[in-house]
Amino acid sequence: MTAGSVSRLTVFPDRRAVSRAATGRALVVLASLLLAALCVVQVLNNLGAISFGFADWRPVAYVYLLWAVALGTGLVLIRGERGYHALFLLPALLFTIAMVIFPTIFGLYIASTDWNLSSLTGVHYNIVGNFRSMFHDAFYWNALTNMVWYTLSVPVQYGIAFGLALLLNSDIRARKFFRVVFLLPFMLSPVAVSWMIGKSIMEYRFGPAASLARFLGWDTPAFFASPWVARASIVAMDAWVWIPFMMVLLLAGLQALPHEVSEAAKVDGANPWQTFWKVIFPLMLPISVTAVILRVIFELKLADIVINVTAGGPGGATDTVSSFVYRVYRDRSNVGYGTMLAEFYLVLIIIFVGILLAAATRWLRRFN
Amino acid sequence: MSARITRRAGHRARYVTGRTLMYAALLFWAFVSLFPIYWTVTTSFKVAVDVTQGHLVPWVDFAPRWRGWRALGLSPETIVMSWPSRDEFLARFGNSIIASVGAALGAVALGSLAGYGLARFEYKFGPWRNKDISFFFLSQLILPPVVLALPFLILYKQLVLLDSKLGLIMVYVLMVLPIVIWIMRDQFIAIPFELEQAAYIDGATTWGAFLRVVLPIALPGMTAAFILSVILCWNEYFFASLLTSTDAKTLPVMLASQTGSQGIDWWSMAALSTAAIAPLVVIGVFLERYIVKGLTAGAIK
Repeated sequence: MTAGSVSRLTVFPDRRAVSRAATGRALVVLASLLLAALCVVQVLNNLGAISFGFADWRPVAYVYLLWAVALGTGLVLIRGERGYHALFLLPALLFTIAMVIFPTIFGLYIASTDWNLSSLTGVHYNIVGNFRSMFHDAFYWNALTNMVWYTLSVPVQYGIAFGLALLLNSDIRARKFFRVVFLLPFMLSPVAVSWMIGKSIMEYRFGPAASLARFLGWDTPAFFASPWVARASIVAMDAWVWIPFMMVLLLAGLQALPHEVSEAAKVDGANPWQTFWKVIFPLMLPISVTAVILRVIFELKLADIVINVTAGGPGGATDTVSSFVYRVYRDRSNVGYGTMLAEFYLVLIIIFVGILLAAATRWLRRFN
Repeated sequence: MSARITRRAGHRARYVTGRTLMYAALLFWAFVSLFPIYWTVTTSFKVAVDVTQGHLVPWVDFAPRWRGWRALGLSPETIVMSWPSRDEFLARFGNSIIASVGAALGAVALGSLAGYGLARFEYKFGPWRNKDISFFFLSQLILPPVVLALPFLILYKQLVLLDSKLGLIMVYVLMVLPIVIWIMRDQFIAIPFELEQAAYIDGATTWGAFLRVVLPIALPGMTAAFILSVILCWNEYFFASLLTSTDAKTLPVMLASQTGSQGIDWWSMAALSTAAIAPLVVIGVFLERYIVKGLTAGAIK
């Protein structure tokens, strides 16, 4: 139910309303001109074409704020009640445009240059060079391949999360205690987890995990020395943090299931195993798909743990795209090339998640 | 007769095994979840020999000492003295609080307005309707931080926002805004529209009804969004490590810079980690209800 159709004040276009709308339009146009003029002055100043202008771009940010206020006022003057409605959405929209859309597009420009923050020779156009080095960058493609492995671990995490959710949803004592305890890892910062688990519990000499592994018969429990073991260790830490997230979603789904469903299955003589696969699991599909897709999206951003535990090693085996680009910037200050890698990754993610969403919607529709 | 008894006994046995296995699984995962936290807290009270010999239980196989906490200046005997590393730690702690609380407040303010608008009014924005605008906001979630991080370095340099708390707060607002809008839209849809209609009849304007009638009812949702935002921002590392250096450095960045150096004492790292996760563990234990509410908003239809 929305209030859009309920216009409590039907304003007939009398002369006062017309002049108010004209004032509003003038205000918006004036503010836009001011913003545009300031931008032009700053660009020309930066290029060295004119000598006046501000030392930095701060004033442009202030004028953008001013422009936003003028736009809001203008909308109210022009549209009346509908303008007031627009005021709810406008701040978030303008903020997102200024902070996401603009930097992403600006990033496309940076990606086409050899912008290097430690270089003194200035910025040159270098789109072909960047593109070519990207295709020949074995470490980048290695990082992309690793993202595939990391993403493939999500179904396993989902399985564990589902099991935990079922446990918490069954008739147990101290449910609240277990729920809080199971959620705790999600609260901890990945950087703290990097030290707590990666650098100390899994430490080769004194870490308890290493001692346990020795006790179980693995004589050289080096968790970050060989590629597959290192990858698995990173996944284990990342899963430790994120399984609670999926568990909470799935638990909410289980609690929302109508009680009659499993009762009816029991009356029909189904054993718990059948009840789960034939009744509960199909009903849980929509929430499962949501949980898995969200988790995949977060998995694709994995960086903190890798940066802090292995820095991508051994030999790039645990590198994620984020941690690799982070090092491209940290080690070489190469902003132009790094942005190229990041933007290319964004394109891949958008395509991948788009396909995933489309496939999931189609699959769910067929299932129901 | 006896057949029935054996069958019942069989049932009983199966029931008992099932329960035992369930509790075994629950306890095992509770151990997995808690052990790293337990390990970190106890290690902060160890000395070198306890670490190398793998002692685990305080008072039983090692005597707790304040070594780790002394390095931070937070042990009983150093807390009264002035201590440079404590000042450093407190400054980072303060930065983390300002950045996460500031960003959470900003995101809840922007997100509540947008969520209310999307829940109540019909927008037309060229070909875009409410559904598309909501999806636009939600789709920000897939943007990896690494795409924005490098352009932000350059833009923030031009805007003189590098290494400033304001700059960090703005990035964090951006990071949690999609989630907050999602939670708040869900919350406002759940509130019956009749309440506002009654207020309109009493002469309230759109904004008046929103501020005085709807917002107080939406408080639980706002709290959930706020707490979830604080957690996510408190833990954020990627942007903080790139965009801050001396003034605005947050706790995760400090922690990470200590991790990098080799041969750092385990006990002081453990103390630092404990101090960094303690606020979140407290939030998790006492406000679990709100976190779950925030995480599951809109997921169940």
